[in-house]
Amino acid sequence: MREFGYERAVDVSGALALLDADPDARFLGGGTNLVDLMKTGVERPGRLVDVRELPLDRVEPTGAGGLRIGATVTNSDLAAHPEVRRRYPALTQAVLAGASGQLRNMATVGGNLLQRTRCGYFADVSGPCNKRVPGSGCPAIEGEHHNHAVLGASGHCVATHPSDMGVALTAFGAVVEYETADGAGRVPLGEFYLPVGDTPHLETALPAGALITGVTLPAAPVAANSRYRKVRERASYAFAIGSIAAALDVRDGVVHEVRLAFGAVASRPWRAQVAERALTGGPADAGAFAAAADAELAAARPLPHNGYKVTLMRNLVVAVLSELAEEATR
Amino acid sequence: MTALTTGARASAVGTAHTRVEGRDKVTGAARYAGEIPFDGLAHGWLVLSTITRGRVLSVDADPVLGMTGVLTVLHHGNAPRVDIDYTGVLGMPPDPTIAVFQHDRVPHAGWPVALVVAETSEQAREAAESLVVRYEEEAHDVTFPGERPDASTGPGPGGPGATEKGDLEAELAASAFVLDAEYSTPEEHHNSMEPHAVTALWDGGRLEVVDSNQGTVWVADELAKLFSLDPASVRVRSEHVGGGFGSKGVRAHQVAAVMAATSLSRPVRVVMTRRQMFSLAGYRSPTTQRVRLGADAEGRLRALEHRCLSRTSTVYEFIESGAGPARVMYDAPAHHTENQVVELDVPSPTFMRAPGEAPGSFALESAIDELAEQCGIDPIELRLRNEPEVGPVSGLPFSTRNLPACFREGARRFGWADRDPRPGVRREGRWLLGTGTAAASFFAGAAPSTAAVTAEADGTFTVRINAADIGTGARTALTLVAADAFEVPTDRVRVRIGDSDFGPAMIAGGSMGTRSWAWAVTAAAGELRERLSLGDGIPPEGITVRSDTTEAVGALAQKERHSFGAQFAEVAVDVATGEVRVRRMLGVFAAGRIVNPLTARGQFRGGMIWGISMALHEEAVRDRNTGALYGADLAGYHVATNADVPLVEADWVDDPDPDDPVGIKGIGEIGIVGAAAAVANAVWHATGVRHRALPIRPDRVLTAGTRA
Repeated sequence: MREFGYERAVDVSGALALLDADPDARFLGGGTNLVDLMKTGVERPGRLVDVRELPLDRVEPTGAGGLRIGATVTNSDLAAHPEVRRRYPALTQAVLAGASGQLRNMATVGGNLLQRTRCGYFADVSGPCNKRVPGSGCPAIEGEHHNHAVLGASGHCVATHPSDMGVALTAFGAVVEYETADGAGRVPLGEFYLPVGDTPHLETALPAGALITGVTLPAAPVAANSRYRKVRERASYAFAIGSIAAALDVRDGVVHEVRLAFGAVASRPWRAQVAERALTGGPADAGAFAAAADAELAAARPLPHNGYKVTLMRNLVVAVLSELAEEATR
Repeated sequence: MTALTTGARASAVGTAHTRVEGRDKVTGAARYAGEIPFDGLAHGWLVLSTITRGRVLSVDADPVLGMTGVLTVLHHGNAPRVDIDYTGVLGMPPDPTIAVFQHDRVPHAGWPVALVVAETSEQAREAAESLVVRYEEEAHDVTFPGERPDASTGPGPGGPGATEKGDLEAELAASAFVLDAEYSTPEEHHNSMEPHAVTALWDGGRLEVVDSNQGTVWVADELAKLFSLDPASVRVRSEHVGGGFGSKGVRAHQVAAVMAATSLSRPVRVVMTRRQMFSLAGYRSPTTQRVRLGADAEGRLRALEHRCLSRTSTVYEFIESGAGPARVMYDAPAHHTENQVVELDVPSPTFMRAPGEAPGSFALESAIDELAEQCGIDPIELRLRNEPEVGPVSGLPFSTRNLPACFREGARRFGWADRDPRPGVRREGRWLLGTGTAAASFFAGAAPSTAAVTAEADGTFTVRINAADIGTGARTALTLVAADAFEVPTDRVRVRIGDSDFGPAMIAGGSMGTRSWAWAVTAAAGELRERLSLGDGIPPEGITVRSDTTEAVGALAQKERHSFGAQFAEVAVDVATGEVRVRRMLGVFAAGRIVNPLTARGQFRGGMIWGISMALHEEAVRDRNTGALYGADLAGYHVATNADVPLVEADWVDDPDPDDPVGIKGIGEIGIVGAAAAVANAVWHATGVRHRALPIRPDRVLTAGTRA
């Protein structure tokens, strides 16, 4: 592998300066994805700027009733935080559904959002991939794609975003905060990941040289009754083939508020806003849940071998919302 | 004086014993082949082809030779020639894949085309990944299965290509019940935790090879032949091995390391990456299998046909003999079995734990379950009604065949008697529940081995035998066997293994290692005890006796010799998501005398867990367009995790082999046999849907739905 320099930043301005000083530098969080990609040659940074020791490791309440999660909070600490467990249980469940205990101890919130797809073609530098080498082609479309995207993909890339955490954050309307040498910025997670289009190598709206400093979760009382369900090809330690973060507030049998986001079906965590709108103000029963799922999934464009994901997501919507509705009325 | 203890003592064989090297392993004191230090060590990194068929036009070594630390680049234009016109110790010609850098042909994706050697592993890797190799690419064919008129019939390990008796069509026509089904299993990889690793060096005119393998004589013999060396001038050691499963014989990395050590005159280490192992370590071929069964009204078989198609490379024929188990398990007036193979532009497959039996038992034991469903007979009862008196094909008597005892004991412990045979009727929340069973068998053999045993002057004993402990606990098992043979406590026995200088012995393979080695140790110990009984005292250098079991093993009468077992599984299936979870498994085996119950249980359970993996997870996917593997790593290639393995129990019935000095049969492979079928049969019982293609992935379950 390529030899690389390593430096550890102690404050945000220092981190930004170190990155700015070397066009070949990359930020290093927990390293659970970047280091793997360096070993396989997908990523070849000349310098790593380790940001894991930055003072961004706290989960704090916001004045507005939400939570602010620092970028270097580990996945383990995030999942275990009492306020996360109480106010956003699906977030804890999502984080715990990912990776392994060891990896969650290392992985950071900021790094999680910036992890790359686990598409096998992306990982194999001996072949083409539009995300890795723009314009080289996408072998997945005619090749192996049983775990690729059915929503929001393009003829240039059908890779999925692998994060579980991001699915719950998306459902709860999280906002990503970052710093650049020119100042701070914010972008809603729903707009953080760029549409695939013909530029699958451009993944986020983060400005060049920016450092994610945290994620803010707005107040969302509905999130207290929430759930994350992940379906994968073994019981643990695998990326999803379909997952769902759902929150439901039912009053007198009517959906007062609902949040839905899908994982492993698109290039980004997929907020199911069509379904949310279809459900809001309507009955909280299996028929309505199924109809809402169908409305959302009408946009699905499955490939020959991943059409099952449409059925899977529909079933998950019905199953998880039914559970939440039942528990809410109990 | 005599070193022997007299008086009553408990047998060490049959008593649970922790691994004698266990402390070294868990503290890191045990060194594996890739981590043993050597002065002046250089590191080689293999470069594999990025095309699937064609030839190498050029290897542009010059830019790489200028990189920091790079010492040499070996390729077909400069590598020394090797000789592959020989037969190895296993009685087979070598897979030409090991003869690296001999020509410009590329017969499959991931073919070794160069070795870059540098001062450090990182430098070698960077240079190897920078090396530009130009190819002329040709159209390839990796399509399997499909119509294969070019398939040929041939022998696999331990059996002929085809067997045939009786009129199949007539018996099928006369049968009250007929089953005709096709089953398939995917390409599967060994994936031992420890990657293949070797260090080669010349020391005083001898080639020293420190390796991770399943038999040092196997590797030493072939390296000597490849490089035309005097066999006595090659020494291979392999002290600790982190798993082999059939993949750790002679492979490209050892040959490349010897070439580099020779050309550089310094030690050279080559370690495969996980991704390289998917191309270079061998694998189990995918299979498509057709089973036709005909039975009378009472479920007695009148016709049995099992045909298995596997694939091999264009450079070497290895046949996955899935039709083999039928030759042992069930008889019928019409009985046909055939193993076929097709050559494709893929790497050479090889032995993988329970070759033939693992995929073959999935098809056969699923088919028996389907027949039981048709007949309305309990699947255990159906099997008991079809217990053969003698070998169905050979007509030879069985040495022992305690399969019914396995089923009876297993059924009792599993609670089989309470089972409702109807499928798809048990629900617990979102889960449908079901149970399934399957039979297992594996060949029980012994191979000639030599051993040396020494009575030391301090009253201890040293055993030297070229055994391989690939994680099985073989070293410990032999310690127990030797302790009994000498009638001393185990702490007075020292067993040294994994050194080709100890002389020829069976490899760790074919479920024959421990039995073959124990035989040689027992024979030598017996003779040593006779010597000691003369009472002449022990000189400072000790008294050493050697044994060679060639004659004794060769004198074994012709019989059907097998271990047997009964597998049971309970699964939960969520048909809304396609998830399948094994809730519990039980395996009861008749597999000879059990030497060390602790490690034996681990070995059985390990096989059963691998069976869960085979049933639900393992699948290497080859891209048809590129011919290369998709997701060739342990994130893409799933094996069962702890969460997939809730409660797996293994036990055994009394079944000592009457023709073995210790009573051993061999337990290395039978644990996986039938395990996948038991899980698949349980999935049918849960959902009412037969899954005849492995693995039973969520998307397949979701798409298949329920019968209801």
